[in-house]
Amino acid sequence: MTRKQRRLTMIGGALVVLGIAVALVLNALRDSIVFFSTPQMVAEKHIPAGRRFRLGGLVEPGSLKRGDQMAVTFKIADGSNALEVTYKGILPDLFREGQGVVAEGALDSNGVFKADTVLAKHDETYMPKDVADALKKQGHWKDDYEKAGKKLDSAKPMQGASR
Amino acid sequence: MIAEAGHYALVLALALALIQSTVPMIGARLRDPVLMNVARSTALAQLLFVGLSFGALVLLHVLSDFSVANVYENSHSLKPLIYKITGVWGNHEGSMLLWVSILALFGGLVAVFGSNLPLSLRANALGVQGWVSTAFYLFILLTSNPFLRLVNPPLEGRDLNPVLQDPGLAVHPPMLYLGYVGFSISFSFAIAALIEGRIDAAWARWVRPWTLMAWMFLTLGIAMGSYWAYYELGWGGWWFWDPVENASLMPWLAGTALLHSAVVMEKRNALKVWTVLLAILTFSLSLLGTFLVRSGVLTSVHAFATDPTRGVFILLILCVFIGGSLSLYAWRASSLKQGGLFAPISREGALVLNNLLLTTACATVFIGTLYPLGLEVLTGERISVGAPFFNLTFAPLFVPLLLALPFGPLLAWKRGDLVGAAQRLYAAGIVALVSIAVLWAWVRGGSAFAPLAIGLALFVILGALTDIAERSMLFRMPLAIALRRARGLPRASWGTMFAHVGVGVALIGIVCETTWNTELISTLKPGDVAKVAGYELKLDNISQRQGPNFGEMLAHFTVSEDGKVIGVMTPSKRSFSTRGMSTTEAALMSRGVSQLYISLGDTAASGAIAVRIYHKPMVLLIWFGPLLMAFGGLLSLSDRRLRIGAPKPAKASRSLQPAE
Repeated sequence: MTRKQRRLTMIGGALVVLGIAVALVLNALRDSIVFFSTPQMVAEKHIPAGRRFRLGGLVEPGSLKRGDQMAVTFKIADGSNALEVTYKGILPDLFREGQGVVAEGALDSNGVFKADTVLAKHDETYMPKDVADALKKQGHWKDDYEKAGKKLDSAKPMQGASR
Repeated sequence: MIAEAGHYALVLALALALIQSTVPMIGARLRDPVLMNVARSTALAQLLFVGLSFGALVLLHVLSDFSVANVYENSHSLKPLIYKITGVWGNHEGSMLLWVSILALFGGLVAVFGSNLPLSLRANALGVQGWVSTAFYLFILLTSNPFLRLVNPPLEGRDLNPVLQDPGLAVHPPMLYLGYVGFSISFSFAIAALIEGRIDAAWARWVRPWTLMAWMFLTLGIAMGSYWAYYELGWGGWWFWDPVENASLMPWLAGTALLHSAVVMEKRNALKVWTVLLAILTFSLSLLGTFLVRSGVLTSVHAFATDPTRGVFILLILCVFIGGSLSLYAWRASSLKQGGLFAPISREGALVLNNLLLTTACATVFIGTLYPLGLEVLTGERISVGAPFFNLTFAPLFVPLLLALPFGPLLAWKRGDLVGAAQRLYAAGIVALVSIAVLWAWVRGGSAFAPLAIGLALFVILGALTDIAERSMLFRMPLAIALRRARGLPRASWGTMFAHVGVGVALIGIVCETTWNTELISTLKPGDVAKVAGYELKLDNISQRQGPNFGEMLAHFTVSEDGKVIGVMTPSKRSFSTRGMSTTEAALMSRGVSQLYISLGDTAASGAIAVRIYHKPMVLLIWFGPLLMAFGGLLSLSDRRLRIGAPKPAKASRSLQPAE
């Protein structure tokens, strides 16, 4: 086999593998991507029931209700709209009313969001980036997040002492 | 005083890095051995000073000096000593200091063990190493100085993020960084080779042990991180395709490819240009990983760094190093001569296929990780690319890789005999097929996916064993002779076997865990019994306990199987008052390589508690696999041929003179 033939085989093989990979990627991108929405975007866009997406916002204070068998319902709000969410299972450690969450799932025929995953803020200085951006855009960025994000800038040293 | 000394030592290290990045390279140009030897002393001095600086930060954390912002932010006087120390790298500034310390450590190792390298190669490689450290010292000093003081020292610190207060986190970041940063060595050698315009098999012999070492640490680091996520986050998941995990997986995939292509280069003097490119890409991906984690550009569970100025700075470093090295590559690569010929069906061919599939798999991870970011920047539309994407792209690429894996070591160099290799794999193939059939019958015609994947894993494991059996002529010679031959095999062959077996073992773990995992979520009152996968778990009582810097609620479970008590499990919830956070401490019980897993949820008003109980069959194999791989790496590393600083072959000294 000459050098040229060898090189052609290599390049041919590489192209085949790359072609397969591109096909796989395109196929996967079509089927498995999840879009992110806020309650307001849901109200505007009329997302069909059954389409999976991520819903982000703040848990509306006073909306959390616990039912039987660990079923919970709560509302995710973004200041202008609120959407009812149902979930079954254990909520994350940091799930609290008034705090940022991202829920993944789909709307049912009654327009209620059925979540199968709920992600809460990971610690008190962190909120899901999607939520933060969406809230910032709408001007509902909560002060405490801003403050927490810039711990060092303000007159912080006293805080540790006072605790 | 300590903080200022540490800061000063860091500035001195920067000065030394600046010298290291210029003088030796000028020396290499002028062929002045005195100037070239500067590389050695500056690399060692740099290690000393950055070591002092790191030691100073550790000391500040141990002494709980809250006048230092970094200590105040991340420590607490009541924190156990071990977490005071590990808290040093549990935050952005400290982990960057660890990063450069490890970089300096590797520079120092090259300086010490590289005494038999051609002088100009060592000078250039350490020079490149100097550039990288200069960039990162500047980054630390300008944007993330860990030694900043607070004007009014507080009495108490804000404590470390509780999820990071865990033994796993003591080991995970240093391991990962030893891997990430270790690839800087192969990068520096690649750039040095491009600058000199010459590269040969001896180059691969020097680079391979370093790559192998970095790869081992990265393998262990990733496995460690995955196990930490498994038991600490309380979801029982071990891999989330989180961008930060992907950031460590990408260099691992590229590094694995690099390891294999370096073999071809060392043995056959072929694939030189490709190996150099891979060395550059691997370290570039490590830098990219650092960027993704440290800049906070991606939504992620690793949330402890979100500061745009830092992001821009690292992006700049990224562009300079990746752009610069790739431009140099484009300019100089054509000057590197092509090496030995080989037929497509040969050991080289198999290794090329391995490289092709690994780099393509790496590319799909790259797309899945960065596509959402690019889309958001370009269109403003936000999407999340999760596990389904990677299952659909990454997994199919690994199937041919694993199918081909057993054939590779059985093929001869230059021109291989596929039929011959297939004949020798008969036994492995038949066992794999039979086990697929048996498993399929056992799951009663359920999804064929799991049996097929397990069969594939068995094929990989048995194929690796076949290779060793063939080499030692087991079953063809008397046992005693075969054993003696097996002992006489090069350790690198044993290393290959262990690493490949590790791949198969990990795959079995992954498939069993995802397919036959049982989950039970329920609310229990004291005295209630939950039944999971043949085990009975009785909630005896719930108690409270006070830890050093947290309060803890423990649930006591008695676990029994067939009416016999086999142990107790005490999952707990800890609440850390300083940060107002709570963590879930899962309880694990190993049964062979399977595990029972309990984590606690909320308590209801009635005194009942929500619990999540899993039975995870074969789950430990997921981490035994990487351990085997790393052990294989260690064996290869101890091979006389590959030992770091191995005596150079006589001809190498002539062949790697600087080119003009």
